[in-house]
Amino acid sequence: MGNITTIAKRELSAYFASPVAYVFIVIFLLLTGFFTFMVGGFFERNEASLISFFLWHPWLYLFLVPAVGMRVWSEERRQGTIELLMTMPITPWQAIMGKFLASWAFLGLALALTFPVVMTVKYLGNPDLGVVAGGYIGSFLLAGAYLAITCLTSAMTRNQVVAFIISVVICLFLILAGWPPVTSILTKALPDNRWIVELVSAFSVMTHFEDFQRGVVDSRHLLFFLSVIGFSLFGTSVVLRGLRS
Amino acid sequence: MIKVENLTKTFGPKVAVNDVSFTVARGEVLGFLGPNGAGKSTTMRMVTGFLPPTAGRVTIGTHDMLEDPVPAKRLIGYLPESAPCYSDMTVHGFLSFAAEIRGLRGDAIKTAVHRAVEMCFLENVLHQSVDTLSKGYRHRTCFAQSIIHDPEILVMDEPTDGLDPNQKHEIRQLIKRMGEKKAIIFSTHILEEVEAVCSRAIIIDRGTVVANGTPLELKRKAPNAGAILLRVNGVAAEAVTGKLRAVDGTERVQLVKDENGTVTARVFPKSSSNGEFSKAVSVAAQGWRVEELHVEEGKLDEYFRSITASDTAKK
Repeated sequence: MGNITTIAKRELSAYFASPVAYVFIVIFLLLTGFFTFMVGGFFERNEASLISFFLWHPWLYLFLVPAVGMRVWSEERRQGTIELLMTMPITPWQAIMGKFLASWAFLGLALALTFPVVMTVKYLGNPDLGVVAGGYIGSFLLAGAYLAITCLTSAMTRNQVVAFIISVVICLFLILAGWPPVTSILTKALPDNRWIVELVSAFSVMTHFEDFQRGVVDSRHLLFFLSVIGFSLFGTSVVLRGLRS
Repeated sequence: MIKVENLTKTFGPKVAVNDVSFTVARGEVLGFLGPNGAGKSTTMRMVTGFLPPTAGRVTIGTHDMLEDPVPAKRLIGYLPESAPCYSDMTVHGFLSFAAEIRGLRGDAIKTAVHRAVEMCFLENVLHQSVDTLSKGYRHRTCFAQSIIHDPEILVMDEPTDGLDPNQKHEIRQLIKRMGEKKAIIFSTHILEEVEAVCSRAIIIDRGTVVANGTPLELKRKAPNAGAILLRVNGVAAEAVTGKLRAVDGTERVQLVKDENGTVTARVFPKSSSNGEFSKAVSVAAQGWRVEELHVEEGKLDEYFRSITASDTAKK
C-alpha cells in the first residue's frame, strides 16, 4: 500500500508540475458549463435536475480522459524511466495501481470542481440530492473506465498521440454500442433477434450510465464499470510484461 | 553477492546473451567490457530484474531474482544506460521519490538525499527541474538515485558516459571508494577506466564471455605482452632485425618503424620467462645508439581487439 501511495503521489505531482492539470481542469469546467447551460437547455427544461449536466459526460470524457491518461505509460517508455520503475523494489501491480489511482483522483478532483452546478440547481429549485449523488458516482466510474482503457493503450506505445487516438476509438465504440440512434438502427435491422441488440448494448457505457443519472446505483452497473477497469488494468500488466521479454 | 548462472536471453531468433556465468563478491568491482551490441546492457538488465532471462538464474544476496524479485531488487542500486530521470520533477523531488520508493521514511529521506547530493555534487541544481539540466548533471542525478539507499550492490551501465574528464575522474574515484564495501558491476568502453577502477574484468562478445580475470592478467594476454621494444638510431633496419633474429630465444622480430635513420623493432621471445632474454637482447644491441629498450607490459585494448570481433573490420 505504501508503494502505491508513493507512486500515486509522484504521478499527481507530475500533473500539477506542468500546466496540463490546470489547462485540463479549466477546459473541463468550461465545456461542462457550456453543454449544460447552452446546449443541454438547462433552463428551458424548467426542472430541478442535473440531467442536462450528466447527459454530456460520456462525450466530454471521450476526449478529455484519454488526454489525461495518454502519458501514463507511454511517457515512461519514451523517457526510459520505466527501466528505473521496474527495477525498484515494487511489484508491477503496485506501479499500475498507483498510476491509475492518481489519474483517477485527478479526474475526481476535476469532477468535484463542478459543484457550482449543483449549487445552482439547489438555489433555483429543490433537486433530489440522492439522484445528483448517483449521477456523480456514475460519472466518476465512467471516467475510471475510460481512464483504465487509456492506461492500457498507453502501455502499448511510446507515442502519446497514438495512445490518445486508440483510446478515443475504443471509448467511442463503448458509447455508440448503446447509443439510442445506433440501437434503434440495430433493432430495425434485426427485428427478430433482439438479444443481439441487447448483447451489443450491454457493452455500452451509455446503458450502464443511464441508471446512475436517475439516481439508481445498481450493483450490475457498478460491476460493469469495475470489471472494465479491472480487465483493462490486467491487460496493462500483460502488455508491460510482454515489453520486458 | 551477485551470482549469475548460465544466463541466456533471446529476442526472437537473435541470441543477445548466451550462457553467461559470473559472480561478484562484496569488495569487488567488476568491469564489464565488450563491443557495442555484445550483450552488456541486456545482461545488466537481467541482473537488475528489468528483463526476465530466457534461461539461467540470477541470485542477489540470497534471493532469486525471478522468484523473489522485491527483496532482491531492494539490495540493488541501478544506473541504466541512458540515465533516465523523471524530467518533470526537480532534482530534490526526484531523489526524495527514489528514497521513498526504496522504503525510507521521514528524516531518513532527508539524510539520504543530502548524502547523495553531496557525493554527486548536485547542490547547485537541487531545486532545478531535471528538464533544464545539462547532460552531466542529469547523469549524476540518476547516479545519485542509484546510491540513495546506500545499496550493497551497484549495477551501472556506462556510468561515465557523456561526462567531462573531471567528472569522469570524480565518478571513478567514487566507484573505487564504494567498491571497498559493496559489490559493483559497471560496463564501459573506456579501457583505462577498467585498469583504474576494477578489481576484475569480464570481456563479453556476441553474448558470450570471452575473458575473465584481473586487469593485469588480461593485459598479460595481449599479443605484445612480454615482447621487447627496441629503438635504435643510425643502424640499417636489416642489420637490426638480422642481429635480433640471431639472439638466442627469439621467436620472431617485427619491424615497427623505420624512419629518418631511427629503427623501432619488437622482439618476441619463444617462452614468456624473459629475464634472460631481455639481457640477451641488450647484449645484442651493444654498440648501437639505443634510444629505448623495454619489456612491453601489454595493453588492455590490444587484448580487447584481439579477442572481440569488430563489426567494422573487413574480413
